[in-house]
Amino acid sequence: MSARPDAAAEAAAAAEDPIVVTIGNPNTGKSTLFNALTGLRQKVSNYPGVTVEQVSGRAELGGQRVRLVDVPGTYSLAASSPDEMIAVDVLCGAVPGLGHPQAVIIVVDATNLRRNLFLVTQVLEAGVPAVIALNMTDLLESSAVSVDHEALALRLGVPVVPISAAAGDGLERLGAAVADVMAVPPQEAITINPALDEAVGELAAELSERGDDEHLLELRRALIDAGGYAEQRLLERHGEDLRPRLEALRAQVGSGRNLATLEARDRYSFIQGLLDGVEQRGEPGRQRARDLADRVLNHPLWGMLIFAAVMATVFQAVFAWAAPLVDGIDYLTGATGEMVRGVLGTGLLGSFFADGVIAGVGAVVVFLPQILILFAFIIVLEDSGYMARAAFLMDRAMRGIGLSGQSFIPMLSSFACAVPGIMGTRIIANRHDRLATIMAAPFMTCSARLPVYSLLIAAFVPDARYLGGLVNLQGLVLFGLYALGILGAALTAWLISRLYWSRVKSRFLLEMPPYRAPNPRAVAAKLLSRALIFLRRAGTIIFAVTLVVWALASFPRAPAAPAAAATQASSAALENSYLGRMSHVVAPLFAPLGWDWKVTAAVLASFPAREVVIAALGTIYAVDPEAADGSNTLTSRIRNARHADGSLVYTLPMVLGLLVFYAFCLQCASTIAVMRRETGTWRWPLAAWCYMTGLGYVSACAIYQFGTMLSTT
Amino acid sequence: MSTPLTDLRPGQRAVVSGFTTDDADAQRLMTMGLVEGAEVEFLRAAPTGDPIEIRVMGYALSLRLGDAAGVLVEAAPTT
Repeated sequence: MSARPDAAAEAAAAAEDPIVVTIGNPNTGKSTLFNALTGLRQKVSNYPGVTVEQVSGRAELGGQRVRLVDVPGTYSLAASSPDEMIAVDVLCGAVPGLGHPQAVIIVVDATNLRRNLFLVTQVLEAGVPAVIALNMTDLLESSAVSVDHEALALRLGVPVVPISAAAGDGLERLGAAVADVMAVPPQEAITINPALDEAVGELAAELSERGDDEHLLELRRALIDAGGYAEQRLLERHGEDLRPRLEALRAQVGSGRNLATLEARDRYSFIQGLLDGVEQRGEPGRQRARDLADRVLNHPLWGMLIFAAVMATVFQAVFAWAAPLVDGIDYLTGATGEMVRGVLGTGLLGSFFADGVIAGVGAVVVFLPQILILFAFIIVLEDSGYMARAAFLMDRAMRGIGLSGQSFIPMLSSFACAVPGIMGTRIIANRHDRLATIMAAPFMTCSARLPVYSLLIAAFVPDARYLGGLVNLQGLVLFGLYALGILGAALTAWLISRLYWSRVKSRFLLEMPPYRAPNPRAVAAKLLSRALIFLRRAGTIIFAVTLVVWALASFPRAPAAPAAAATQASSAALENSYLGRMSHVVAPLFAPLGWDWKVTAAVLASFPAREVVIAALGTIYAVDPEAADGSNTLTSRIRNARHADGSLVYTLPMVLGLLVFYAFCLQCASTIAVMRRETGTWRWPLAAWCYMTGLGYVSACAIYQFGTMLSTT
Repeated sequence: MSTPLTDLRPGQRAVVSGFTTDDADAQRLMTMGLVEGAEVEFLRAAPTGDPIEIRVMGYALSLRLGDAAGVLVEAAPTT
């Protein structure tokens, strides 16, 4: 084949690469295998119409270039929601933009075959060419389990390849086996319940006569899972008159018994037969070590102490260890900006690069330390098996607000920053719990709120001390704001889980994986892939928002005012800009909160990130950083700021209202971008923005009005 | 004599004999290996007594008391 210089042709050829799917239970090392096969040539998008992430990547299997597509970890193909239906749709080749899979790699944990084979047999019934990747074979010996993989392959009629994804063993053999099944037409599918297969065939034939060819796997799920999503979608497509036919077929197969429970029973007894003589389990010596570890880690006193120590370390790391790096990035961003200004001048071009482009890049990169540190902990805790224990310990406490134990770490991390916290919700298995946590997390008092709190509290809250100096009013207000954040988060989670999803039962069916030493290479690969996803997907939005706000604050350009001091000029320029004009227009809306157009402008300018409000106030009040005599500090400026009628702007009720506004409002483009990224839709971040900012507005208004009323009477 | 799974004590083994939950809940529990005839061992409860951890199908599973109460078990046949 000749070289193709045409990039479009190259892309078209790439799109035609055969599709190979990886599927498997959670905790089988599937993502480690995926990372090992694709390297970091990964693409992340969302399956259309659902909140499920689609990770795909180019790989070479047995000399054949393929597009590897990952199906999120699942225990079964049964689906009660569109999200859970993705696995079936991928196997059927029914996902738009994604063709029929040429082969399926089913990843199983060799030390936990019995339950893993449940999904394996479901996939094999679909009749797609499959290879079983028998992962974690390096752990078989220590688990006192032996597996005759050749006998298993013979019984299932598909290749079974022993591998260790973490160590990189057996991957070539796996690739060769996949290439083989792609080359040779599919084998005969296994049969577990002939009556069911017959009923599925009948249904398919009847629909085919009506001109509708449906995939057998989808029909099988519609038949088995009465009330499930596959049935619902089938009835939407073919009309309710299909329902009696489904009921008749179910009666024919199950003779009155529920097909879903029948499926589980049949499948596990089939697996029992499969494993007879294939899997031998001894009494593992490590079992005792594990029992001992569990006894300590689950002890009412020691277990909780260790848990508290682990959580304190995670919190400390995200909050404090990241701080010097964050400060360093801030410093570099500022210094680079200054340097560029020095070269390009303070005109439009210099401002565009310094305040727009470089500030935008800085706004993205500044999140990396916290994200990398938190995810390093999350990945190590998950891979070591402790994460499940932590969720086990915290479940009862988190249930009070309608969440599960898995929500604890994301919520805790949100004290540092909601961005890594929301990214961390991917450890939550239950979709509803995950969304409730995503909506609640931005309420937690993040480190970006602190500078705003510090400035306003130091300037306006009296430094009064009570109880012999033990309690300080400023500290009390700060504590109150933290408590308010926790309360807001708890209430939000509770509202969403108890009211919005009152019909959906919260679930906690969690596998407690064995303790394992995390593999450094696998941890590094997962960490890198997370960081890249953040930079590519959320980073672009954050960068764009920073540029837009820069443009709004910079245009139209003010006429040069050579007589005025530079700071006065920048203040006037801001007032004249679109942002300044917008603030004047919407200022009446914020008058009930006691704000004038200047406060409004600063709040609007801080949309990309809360802490920007301080720099914005500095510009608006024309603070001269060079005048260090204390007469022209931001604090003194805002203390003396007055409305047109001469009354003070920053009264105590107004400041308390402003503080509460910042406690509640979703004034953070990065959080919104990450919410969009993690939920796959703008619906959730928009709802969160309206709800949180609305709550902030109403609370600030109430505090200002009520406080002003009190102080005047 | 069938009793709820929640009646077991740490270290006790039994065999799943049925469900008192609805079919959808039973399907989820059965998918995770709690099928009739499967041997379960009660491993431990969380310090607050809920959730609990059991062994089934050769792996450890944790579930809430509310879900576990819907699983009926019988004394394991003596071998």
